[in-house]
Amino acid sequence: MIFQPAIIALLLSSAICVLALAASAPFALEVIRRWDIASGSERQLKLERRTYLFSTLLAFVLVAQLASVLLFVFNAEKMSGMFVGAMCAVGTLNVNPWGFPALNAKIALFFLAAMWLAINHVDSRARDYPLVRIKYGLLLALAPLLAGSAWLEAQFFLNLKADVITSCCGSLFSEGSKTIAAEATALPPLPAMFLFYGAMGLAIAAASYQWAFGKGGYFTAAGAALGFAAGISGILSFVSLYIYEHPHHHCPFCVLKPEYDYQGYALYVPLFVATAAGLAVGAIRPFAGVASLKSIVPEFSRRLAAVASIGFLLATAVATAMILRSNLVLLEH
Amino acid sequence: MKLWLEKQRYLIDFTLESLARRKARNLGLLGVYTVLVFVLASVALYTHALRQEAANVLAASPEVILQRLVAGRHDLIPPGYIEKVGRIRGVQKKEGRLWGYYYDAVVKANYTFMVPNDGSVAKGEIVVGPALERSRGLAAGNGISFRSYSGKLHTFIVASVLPQASEIVSADLLLMHEDDFRAFFDYPAGHYTDIALTVANPQEVRNVATKLAAALPDSRPILRDEVLRTYASIFDWREGIVLALLSAAILAFGILAWEKASGLSAEEKREIGILKAIGWETGDIIKMKFWEGLLISLTAFLAGFVAAYVHVFYAGAGLFEPVLKGWAVLYPEFRLTPHVDGLQVATLFFFTVFPYAAAVLVPIWKAAITDPDAVMRG
Repeated sequence: MIFQPAIIALLLSSAICVLALAASAPFALEVIRRWDIASGSERQLKLERRTYLFSTLLAFVLVAQLASVLLFVFNAEKMSGMFVGAMCAVGTLNVNPWGFPALNAKIALFFLAAMWLAINHVDSRARDYPLVRIKYGLLLALAPLLAGSAWLEAQFFLNLKADVITSCCGSLFSEGSKTIAAEATALPPLPAMFLFYGAMGLAIAAASYQWAFGKGGYFTAAGAALGFAAGISGILSFVSLYIYEHPHHHCPFCVLKPEYDYQGYALYVPLFVATAAGLAVGAIRPFAGVASLKSIVPEFSRRLAAVASIGFLLATAVATAMILRSNLVLLEH
Repeated sequence: MKLWLEKQRYLIDFTLESLARRKARNLGLLGVYTVLVFVLASVALYTHALRQEAANVLAASPEVILQRLVAGRHDLIPPGYIEKVGRIRGVQKKEGRLWGYYYDAVVKANYTFMVPNDGSVAKGEIVVGPALERSRGLAAGNGISFRSYSGKLHTFIVASVLPQASEIVSADLLLMHEDDFRAFFDYPAGHYTDIALTVANPQEVRNVATKLAAALPDSRPILRDEVLRTYASIFDWREGIVLALLSAAILAFGILAWEKASGLSAEEKREIGILKAIGWETGDIIKMKFWEGLLISLTAFLAGFVAAYVHVFYAGAGLFEPVLKGWAVLYPEFRLTPHVDGLQVATLFFFTVFPYAAAVLVPIWKAAITDPDAVMRG
């Protein structure tokens, strides 16, 4: 299975990313130990110059991570034809126990990467690089996570066996099983809708407040996390039903299939972007008090909040449009 | 936001101007890059089209084919065997099929002889496939003789030639009447080659196969889905192998890109020095270089992909055909249906743009930290 082109591409990109992070780790340590903005020494000058390289390198690595999440899901979807019992990406991810952990790790890394990039952005705009130590410290924390995610991915791909009979989305996202996904699935439509629209409303309100008044950074981040959870559970519990026009098909991956006109991407892309932007607001909030960031953090937060607010609004609107367009009747009038 | 866009626009403008000042050098890189994308995209497009073709061909084949095994080898279906299959819920139709291979010493190739179930071919006549028509110079109305395995000579009249459109499945095909078939091969009466079962509901196919295997332990059910899956993995595997072999080329290209990016000419160094002296920051230079890379990458990607598209779908993919397509004496001539797949484009992007970006990162940074006074003085 390893000779699938998309798998080679994914493994290649993971390997390059891990190597790049590993190469920058010694530098990160040096910065943490020796950084002194007030000094005019040769070493400080060298360090300052190197930060450009490593900031660019990391931005590159993290953007690659974002792209690889999409490619990973896209590939899992395509490969479902190769496994007996698989109907969509769920089947492929279920072929061995590494599939879902690998996906979850990638998604988690995506959000962490977005937060790091936000911190990096505000730091590089300030004259005195006030966050350089924190930034590289966080980077050192991120490196093992990236390596872990790459390892999970490699395990998943290396253990893909075509003779395994896997289970399809119908059995995983059914009302009877005992997982969190199943709990969300089993929610009756009406309360699920209240929860979805309530949480989305909160997320939009918090982000819009931040956008308009520049206040409430942590609320925006909390709202984004809530909005993400609500979005996913909403898709699981009722949006999917409306898309498939089937009262029992809860799969969150089938919406990405060509049979459903790739509608899922219209739902997931704004949701993920909005969540990442919202979390990033929370990530830079603690540094609002730093002297040289006094004007930078609020301004950037507002821009991020705008993205989050519009993204959540878009995701909600798309979901609502899907529900209104559907022929399925879940709620009797 | 508007300010940001304006800034990027000016940067792009400047970058394009600066690229145009060093035409020969940049065109060289662009050329190599385009060729790399072209090669990789040709492989990807070609295998995908073949996969698609296999899927289209098999779409009309029966869901389950039942073969009888004797000592692990394929054997004939004896009389009464079809009745033994019995009534299985979900099976719409079951019928015995008659087909076999015939080695023609004249063209040194194997033909597939087959009896159509609808009885559309009259006794003494045959219908031939396009490749057979070419290799033996046949036309409708001609007579042709084959020496059967028993040594007797049989003569048939060609009733018609199968249409070109079906060539991928019918190149070496020869359709004849059941009686002719049995006489030609000395096929025992009442025996069949295998049994084809039509199952309406795709989710039932597996159950039907299980029941068949239980009812007839000496049989082997072959599922269409499995055949399709096998084809898909074979083509994927071939594509993967070719890509893995080509990874040397990708690596070489990465080295070239590194070389090109790090070997800054004196003029270029001076340019960067002046830019910094008039107030550009290191970050701005990196941005400019980033745009430069992006412009080159996208141009090369687009050009290479379009060239590959033309190569595969209009020029018959002459460069990779032998590796990817497989080989046979009577190989069908067919035109692939153009098909572009999102995953493929994404994968290709990863294979080409990603290594390029990784390779030029360090040289770009090296260029960007150049001290203005050092360059201008030197």
